[in-house]
Amino acid sequence: MSEPIAFSAATNAKIADLLGRYPRKQGALIPTLYVAQDEFGWLKPEVMQLVADTLELPLASVLATAMFYTMLHKKPVGRFHVQICTNVSCYLLGSDDLMAVAQQALGLAPGESTPDGLFTLESVQCLCACDRAPTLQINKEDYFKVTPAKLKELLAQLQTEGVKLGPPVGWLAEQHHAHA
Amino acid sequence: MSTKPTAYTPHPMEKRVLLRDHLGVDFTKLENYLAHGGFKMWQKAMELGRDGVLAEVKASGLRGRGGAGFPTGMKWSFLPKDERPRYLVVNADEGEPGTFKDRYFLELDPFRQLEGILIAAYTINAHVSYIYIRGEYWNSKAVTEDAIAQLYKAGWLGKNIQGSGFDLDVYMQTGAGAYICGEETALIESIEGKPGMPRLKPPFPANIGVFGMPTIVNNTETLSAVPVILEMGGEAWAALGTPKNGGTKLVGVAGHVKTPGLFEVPMGASMRDVIYTLGGGITDDREILAIIPGGSSCPFLTKDEIDVAMDFDGLKPVGSMLGTACITVMAEGLTDLLGVMQRVTAFYQHESCGQCTPCRQGTGWLKAIADKMDEGLGESEHIDLLISACGQIEGNTICAHGEAAAWPIRSIATKFRPQLEAAIRQRAAAHGYVVKPAAQPTAA
Repeated sequence: MSEPIAFSAATNAKIADLLGRYPRKQGALIPTLYVAQDEFGWLKPEVMQLVADTLELPLASVLATAMFYTMLHKKPVGRFHVQICTNVSCYLLGSDDLMAVAQQALGLAPGESTPDGLFTLESVQCLCACDRAPTLQINKEDYFKVTPAKLKELLAQLQTEGVKLGPPVGWLAEQHHAHA
Repeated sequence: MSTKPTAYTPHPMEKRVLLRDHLGVDFTKLENYLAHGGFKMWQKAMELGRDGVLAEVKASGLRGRGGAGFPTGMKWSFLPKDERPRYLVVNADEGEPGTFKDRYFLELDPFRQLEGILIAAYTINAHVSYIYIRGEYWNSKAVTEDAIAQLYKAGWLGKNIQGSGFDLDVYMQTGAGAYICGEETALIESIEGKPGMPRLKPPFPANIGVFGMPTIVNNTETLSAVPVILEMGGEAWAALGTPKNGGTKLVGVAGHVKTPGLFEVPMGASMRDVIYTLGGGITDDREILAIIPGGSSCPFLTKDEIDVAMDFDGLKPVGSMLGTACITVMAEGLTDLLGVMQRVTAFYQHESCGQCTPCRQGTGWLKAIADKMDEGLGESEHIDLLISACGQIEGNTICAHGEAAAWPIRSIATKFRPQLEAAIRQRAAAHGYVVKPAAQPTAA
């Protein structure tokens, strides 16, 4: 059995605010999963249970919702979550080249993370900025009209920054290969 | 490298009543929005009263800007006349591949939508509104949350708004990476904290919506138009467009064009002009190979099918639809149509919620066939198989995701067959495979 876990006071306050927005507690589930993810890095089983207990929901409801949405992480994610749009508009303007650059620079296939926990690489569906394609997103930041040269430069920058910061909260070295 | 959305400078072909030029003014600050006439239409709504506002919106002919084009005023009047609490839900789950219009309001002009929400909520007598914003739209979510906080602070949300006696709470609701939640009943399920699986209709959301209560779901662009309609008057708004298609429409042009961007034109503008004038023409002055008129769930068009009016009825003659009115242009010589088709099938397969067998399995089959072609293992009979599979999906599912997956693929397979045949052979040759000759019709 793992150590019992609890939300910080700040997270509990956020959840209390979220609960005030809905007539039923389950309404707060998705935003609560986000704040839980912010605190623990990803939604490990103990976190799902904690969310279920906090919102007084069956664990099955929490799992069903968490499993449905790609942005709720069921596996650890690297410090820099690099998501390259590979949908039509970006594909037309060279997103395959960007993906190739990222794969080479990071030594990853889409869906994988680096063992040091610094990078996760994924393709993402249309980011809806097609007039500024090709696009990608790293954590919460959008990048537009990206060229292979700019991407190479950016990844090198993040690598330097990442070495100082280390892996993110909740990173498990042994789990780095699979990412959902 | 990240850039703020660009400031838009109008083209003479445009008619701008929604888009602003943003020169030197930050409209994410409430004081700037107020200084430029913001919330005056809220005052007017109070003078007109609920029936008055509804009459203006009906007279405007405003049709839902999410893509379906359902008349907004009619939708508002479908609410049952009972005492249950009502909800106004804003669909800002922009995710249709090729689309980039709601992002403009959410990031650059958030109070226009919020004024529309205030007016609409007052009109339908809702006291809670959820703005459901796509999960990946981090900037939009932050701007909207900040705008909501500014409004609470200034007494424009909460109890007894500006002494009117009307109460309204507005909450930003985040999506979490599921395209299907753009479908209104899936969006409702998602607000309730459930997997985004569309509901059977009826009952319609107007009767049983979010948390089982009467609910109106409107798109961001639709609600952002509401203050403008009150300012101009419904009839003046209607006169901007074509009969049955009132007002202006945000249109996007992207892909292989010289000046991609977001523009605003009167409803019914020529698609050719939008592509060649606003879009600046095709990259390297090439020919058009194919067009997606309004997001990848619309059937593709050939270069001979673009002399159409961009409104909710104008694309029927060429078997397609306006959708989100954000056009993707694919140029001859620059486009690998088989690659495009593979991306489209992969997208709809990935985003199927999985509850209906024809969609869950059918989108998987479309992708499997397209993958096979893409890997050099295609035969021409696979094109017929695609067409047949499309027929097994459409019309057999709870929501329109089935059609959204099937229609574009069928249009590629039927309208662009020679290009697909050539691509199959090219891919096979690259892998050293041999493709059977295409079946020829037997001579009589």
